[in-house]
Amino acid sequence: MIIAGFAALLSFNQKKQDPYFQFHENLSDYKFFAGKMADLQPAAGIVPYDLNSALFSNYAEKARFIKLPKGKKIVYNDSSTFEMPPGTVLIKNFYYYNDFREPEAGRRIIETRLLAHMQDGWHTYQYIWNKEQTEAVFEPIGDVTTVEYINAEGRKVKANYVIPNQPQCKGCHNRNDTILPIGIAARHLNGNYTYAGKTQNQLQYWQQHKMIDLPPTNIPANAIWDNEQSGTVEQRARAYLDINCGHCHNKSGPANTSGLFLDIHETNKTALGVLKTPIAAGKGSGVLKYDIVPGVPNKSILIYRMNTTDPGFAMPEIGREQIHKEGIVLISKWIKEMK
Amino acid sequence: MNDVQEEQKNLYFVELQTNAIMKLYALMIVFGLVASSSFAQEDIQKQMQRQFVTATDNSVIELPEGTFQLNSSLWLDGKKNIVIKGKGKDKTILNFNNQISGAEGIKITNSTTITLQDLTVQDTKGDAIKTQHVNGMIFKQVKAEWTRGAHSKNGGYGIYPVQCTNVIIDGCEARGASDAGIYVGQSRHIVVKNCKATENVAGIEIENSLYADVFDNEVTNNTGGILIFDLPDLIVKKGGYVRVFKNNVHHNNHINFAPKGNIVGKVPQGTGIMILATNHVDVFENKIINNKTVGTAIVSYYITENPIKDSAYYPFPTAVAVYNNQYERQQTKATMKGRMGKLYRLKLRFGKNVPHIVYDGIVDKKSPAQICIRDNSNQSFANIDAENKFKNISRDASKHQCQLPLIAPDEIKLNN
Repeated sequence: MIIAGFAALLSFNQKKQDPYFQFHENLSDYKFFAGKMADLQPAAGIVPYDLNSALFSNYAEKARFIKLPKGKKIVYNDSSTFEMPPGTVLIKNFYYYNDFREPEAGRRIIETRLLAHMQDGWHTYQYIWNKEQTEAVFEPIGDVTTVEYINAEGRKVKANYVIPNQPQCKGCHNRNDTILPIGIAARHLNGNYTYAGKTQNQLQYWQQHKMIDLPPTNIPANAIWDNEQSGTVEQRARAYLDINCGHCHNKSGPANTSGLFLDIHETNKTALGVLKTPIAAGKGSGVLKYDIVPGVPNKSILIYRMNTTDPGFAMPEIGREQIHKEGIVLISKWIKEMK
Repeated sequence: MNDVQEEQKNLYFVELQTNAIMKLYALMIVFGLVASSSFAQEDIQKQMQRQFVTATDNSVIELPEGTFQLNSSLWLDGKKNIVIKGKGKDKTILNFNNQISGAEGIKITNSTTITLQDLTVQDTKGDAIKTQHVNGMIFKQVKAEWTRGAHSKNGGYGIYPVQCTNVIIDGCEARGASDAGIYVGQSRHIVVKNCKATENVAGIEIENSLYADVFDNEVTNNTGGILIFDLPDLIVKKGGYVRVFKNNVHHNNHINFAPKGNIVGKVPQGTGIMILATNHVDVFENKIINNKTVGTAIVSYYITENPIKDSAYYPFPTAVAVYNNQYERQQTKATMKGRMGKLYRLKLRFGKNVPHIVYDGIVDKKSPAQICIRDNSNQSFANIDAENKFKNISRDASKHQCQLPLIAPDEIKLNN
């Protein structure tokens, strides 16, 4: 009995036995990748994917993969996260090119985050890569590291990078207090991906590979926030807010205390922030009165919260040790054009 | 012994052993920390974080004595029956001056029956201690403070349970919050007692919350002492059934240092107790002394001059009783600062004869408010007729000589 107690203590309660997902301390033991792990080449049955508009995380690049259990399918719906079978694993790798102007000159992978669908729901596990880029090890408390790279404008950047701890994962991946993936939804996935040189719509590809059955009706698609061809300023701004803010700022998310809802489905202008006074923002209001003042971005709290790295009021709360300048340009333009 | 007895006996043993193991867990966690007290600060921080993240249900997280610099939040999520315990309010000090990650010092979410006790959280960038979706949240002998005192760049809230049920805040202190020192929002079944709040914009604030007892607290040197607010545009629409009694609410004359845009930024310097748009509030047996602008204010949301776009929101205070309180104030003028100062100076013109109790007189035409004011020592009153541009200011409280059914004491239920 006592020995069992020790064992239970040594293995944390989140590493429990599960018929669908076998936890490993080392990322390599999952065998997600073929060949050299740092090349992130998916093994058989592992499918890469991308989102139309993705969450900003300190300018890190992300390589995403999905692993479905054999013979099982995703259940499609129009408006929210797809239902995925137990045993599904989402694999997200965060990395920086040494020089963003020259991706082939090498990169450093910082961390890999897993979302695993187990018997009792989704669980998160995060792995920190070693310097040699040969292995990544589970670390539930995350870490703070420094990243150094040359950015797309050729400027040298040295910045803090916070690898989130396990509760922080739930800070974003949270609907009514249950962990849930965010990106695996029609509007985020309905776009092109280049598979081994061949560009194709991702959802169509998934259907061809028997991962999902698509409806004959129109499938919604979010705009690509930084691609002017993909939508109007309004559409791109809403897509940006949807993926960057809407996961918390929705009626069932942790930020529902604020009454500010920024997901794509919100239609109430006040809830979207237009002439809405803050509730519990404290100094986060930046001596401004409203979340959005139509026509006046620099009087809008939204812009103020995007334009700071102070952890007391930077938004989003995670992955924001740097300011997303291009995101601010887009949202400012949207507010400027708003009547 | 028959089989049933035998089985019961076995069960009993299992239970005993389980208890022993739980105690062992607790002991091991204590041991872990004591053994490492000479570790570098960063290791201590990592160790604390590991304890928070990996704590098993029904365990005790013991934090050692000393001042510890932490650069990111401690976050406890999805746990049951955990005690987080320092060595004493001024002995275990977690300082977040160098914080780079997390919007608060300690965060506790989605949990059941959590006790946080005997520690101090200092100088967080955002809120000091935030708890959300916790059923059974107990703060005991906890201090949340910004060591430089009042400052607009301090975090918003000191002790901040939101969307929680069964909350006890007992023997705690809050100092320096740029919004509210002790703030309970969108919660139900709340007790705040034996606490001290000082140098905050709002000392203690109960907002959009149901069934709260606030008593035996000392609230001094804030901008406003105790605020009972109902605000629009929130998920939890309606608060109320709040009892504020036996508090010592004195000298809340601190200049308002809230950043603009915040509702508390509108609270006039020198406010004792303010009830804004909340229904069913009893204020009794408090000492409300030397709050220079208003001892007790009963106002509607319209007084904020903010637009209301929430159709489900009721902006008027009603069923408010103020009785058996002790009022005192020196013969001085009300604040001259802010919009409220301007109002006192230009419209109300009370001079030094400032009334202890002020009602804004903005009423729901369909359903007149019940505001009962009686049996207070040194009672003085004004209905400032804010609805009609302060034309018919009345100092006559006789219309409010009434009695309302007493609000029942709150009951807190804890599941272990």
